[in-house]
Amino acid sequence: MNFETTIGLEVHVELKTKSKMFSPAPVTYGQEPNTETNVIDWGFPGVLPSINRGAYQLGIMVALALHADVTRETHFDRKNYFYPDNPKAYQITQSEKPLGTNGWVEIEVNGKKKKIGIAELHVEEDAGKNQHEDDGYSYVDLNRQGTPLVEIVSKPDITSPEEAYAYLETLRQIVQFTGASDVKMEEGSMRVDTNLSIRPIGQKHLGTKTEIKNLNSFVHVRDGLAFEEKRQQSVLLSGGEVRQETRRWDPDAKETILMRVKEGADDYRYFPEPDLPPVTVSQQWIDEVQASLPQPPAERREHYIKDWGIPAYDAGVLTQTKEMSDFFEATVAQGADAKQASNWLMGEVSGYLNAKHMELGQVALTPEHLAGMIKLIGDGTISSKMAKKVFKEIIQHDTDPDHWVREKGLIQLSDPAKLTPIISAVLDNNQQSIDDFKAGKDRAIGFLVGQIMKQTHGQANPKVVNQILMTEIKKR
Amino acid sequence: MDYFKTSLDQLHEQLRAGQLTSQQLVDETLAGIDKIDPNVAAFLAVNADGAKKQAAAVDAAGIDADQPLSGVPIAIKDNIVTKGVVTTAASKILANFNPIYNATVVEKLAAAGAINVGKTNLDEFAMGSSTENSAFKTTKNAWDYTRVPGGSSGGSAAAVAAGEVVAALGSDTGGSIRQPAAFNGIVGFKPTYGRVSRWGLIAFSSSLDQIGTLTRNVKDAAQVLNVIAGHDERDSTTADKPVPDYTEKIGQAIKGMKIALPKEYLGKGVDPAVADKIKTAAKQLEDMGATVTEVSLPHTQYAVPAYYIIASSEASSNLQRFDGIRYGFRAKDVHNIEDVYVRSRSEGFGPEVKRRIMLGTFSLSAGFYDAYFKKAGQVRTLITRDFEAVFNDYDLIIGPTTPTVAFKIGEKVTDPVTMYMNDILTIPVNLAGLPAASVPAGFVDGMPVGLQLIGKPFAESTIFQVAAAFEAQNDYLAQIPGGK
Repeated sequence: MNFETTIGLEVHVELKTKSKMFSPAPVTYGQEPNTETNVIDWGFPGVLPSINRGAYQLGIMVALALHADVTRETHFDRKNYFYPDNPKAYQITQSEKPLGTNGWVEIEVNGKKKKIGIAELHVEEDAGKNQHEDDGYSYVDLNRQGTPLVEIVSKPDITSPEEAYAYLETLRQIVQFTGASDVKMEEGSMRVDTNLSIRPIGQKHLGTKTEIKNLNSFVHVRDGLAFEEKRQQSVLLSGGEVRQETRRWDPDAKETILMRVKEGADDYRYFPEPDLPPVTVSQQWIDEVQASLPQPPAERREHYIKDWGIPAYDAGVLTQTKEMSDFFEATVAQGADAKQASNWLMGEVSGYLNAKHMELGQVALTPEHLAGMIKLIGDGTISSKMAKKVFKEIIQHDTDPDHWVREKGLIQLSDPAKLTPIISAVLDNNQQSIDDFKAGKDRAIGFLVGQIMKQTHGQANPKVVNQILMTEIKKR
Repeated sequence: MDYFKTSLDQLHEQLRAGQLTSQQLVDETLAGIDKIDPNVAAFLAVNADGAKKQAAAVDAAGIDADQPLSGVPIAIKDNIVTKGVVTTAASKILANFNPIYNATVVEKLAAAGAINVGKTNLDEFAMGSSTENSAFKTTKNAWDYTRVPGGSSGGSAAAVAAGEVVAALGSDTGGSIRQPAAFNGIVGFKPTYGRVSRWGLIAFSSSLDQIGTLTRNVKDAAQVLNVIAGHDERDSTTADKPVPDYTEKIGQAIKGMKIALPKEYLGKGVDPAVADKIKTAAKQLEDMGATVTEVSLPHTQYAVPAYYIIASSEASSNLQRFDGIRYGFRAKDVHNIEDVYVRSRSEGFGPEVKRRIMLGTFSLSAGFYDAYFKKAGQVRTLITRDFEAVFNDYDLIIGPTTPTVAFKIGEKVTDPVTMYMNDILTIPVNLAGLPAASVPAGFVDGMPVGLQLIGKPFAESTIFQVAAAFEAQNDYLAQIPGGK
């Protein structure tokens, strides 16, 4: 029997704001537990929420970047449930009228393009964190309570773990380019809930789905879904039935493990949040946000490939983050050759950043300086060997490369009028090498070049040296 | 201090002239509470030390000549949070809750120089019409200690009516200011929804709750409202509208005022003796040059069921935060999280609160939401439209505040539905978010009757104008409760 797979993804993305969704407490990471909280976050009696309009605007930004329709008249709802990290025992979210509906992203798997629909996206507040300690007690940290989130719910268009992977990567990139979120799985600013069902090909209704938790990276998502797909297939093929259950991915054992069987749906008793007025999103507001959206990664890639001759793979690497893409474009705008700029960014720059665990913006390098250095290489002012020295300087310090190479005397000696006397002098002093060369020993040239470099303290342009040397040696 | 004979203006004059200091006034007030409260049981906590300190500070700074509340002790309903003064909402679950912040109204009163003299009793979480649902004590009606003071602001109403304070804050979700004001023969004022900040009011039903005043006379109410009204960034349901001087129309003639009297408000269930007092009041208003016309608010009969669904649904969610985790009562010997929740809430909440939590939880549940919560919302819209239709042609609506005078303690406590029906004349106003007052309108069998005046949204001044004119025509304030 052949099966087809349906995957649903719910992606939570933390919006990058100074303060929380419904309280003026700051949004920060890694602080002492419960220090970044106020009476609203604690759910004290008598406190009231207020909408962070900036956070809502970031939500609109994400919606527009995902081609969704922005809901013009909406409101917040309460989702009721008891849990210690949920101090009001309800989460303020949007249920009845989500911020955006009917969006899509385009993914590419094995060279094939496909549109994946987005059913809805809504803004809501994050919960705090429960910590279970060895002393037998559980502790609650409310620093994260109230952090603005946007939840993005896919349509049942994803049909393989590879598509799920591509969808997440595309979604991450698009959101990252809006600047609305850091979208980092490892820091929890992007979180993924998945469900998967299979059905025999041709069957109309969807099969029973299972939910898979503990998927902390895109690779885990892909591997977890792939395992679950196979597991369900073997259950059905052996005559069994898939149960509605929540399973946990164990990345070490590489399998999903049953957490609990679900019976019926949870009842969260949603109802409109009476403490907040309805939200009206004007066309003007939408237009303003639309106008502020940066060019999305897919368009940029196309531009790099078509207009600048960048290979598709490289274009993909350069559009991993908006920072890299912006840096690349700015370097080109400063007059650098696009291909050279791409090579430097993907090579030396990325290597440096990875080694130091840093990001663009944390180093001193500017597009202007990188372009300046590339120009110096291009016009022969410096050799590629010297360029490594220059690079080391400009990535660590705010140094103008042109000024610096002149100050340090790193300028390449390319003037034949200056090089010819030096070369002649070397030849005068090395008759044996001339003889060797004429006897067919090409290695002698290497020795002579070495001598010339020594005389010029390494500043001679090797290309020019070679030309003059060959001319001069033939004269003898 | 004889609060029976002294208005805010008179107090202010004495303070301003230096015939009285705020500290003396506080001392006298505390002495009065010591004497009267053992009978009336209006206060849950007397803020003696805090009040004395506040008064000393006001005296040191000097009485504000332009602020009638400067140096004056005021009582605060105990569902309004007061920093450093235990705030219980009359519930065991908050018995030892000491807030770390102030309600906006408390901040505003303090800024005006008013003194927080103590916290008054209420039905637990403001759920009730008799103050019998308090976890701590039953407040008595100032006129008859065997009768209820009404509720849920029964403590505030009794404290004012018994002469313990000149003014008190209450909250009104379905009549909780107006009904006890009527039962105690004083003035109760519930402003338009969104006129006074709810920041720091322990929520019962967020879309209905509104803080207001309990005073002996109309002008005092306007003066207190002048202080507490206004937009608040921390409560996004407050209106961003300027606050007028609510005393400005007091004393103006009401000639030509178009007043409506809904026939439903004098119909079935309303004691004919109470109805007679309202008809007399209507006649008096006509004699002053107003017109009083019978109108209809046809959906009135659906207000009580719609209210109990909406208010209980919101309450079931609002009261979930009392979970024994972060503050308030936690059951002893709990072993897991389920225990903490179930036992803390089972032991911490009283029966009426539990009844409403269950009713509200049911009304919001999957499969019942449309038939109950959503339907109730639709009824609410119809009731609001009833009022809008009448206000197209009229300036004010009048009627009785309550169907009967104060009932006996224990009389209705076992019959929640009869108790709920007692609020039939006040609930529609909350559903429509309108401002309304109850003012004394005579006595039936020695117990006070209240005349309710309902205004257009944010037309508080019109209510004050007519209420003050009506008050001036009568001498009900001259009658002083003796208790018995």
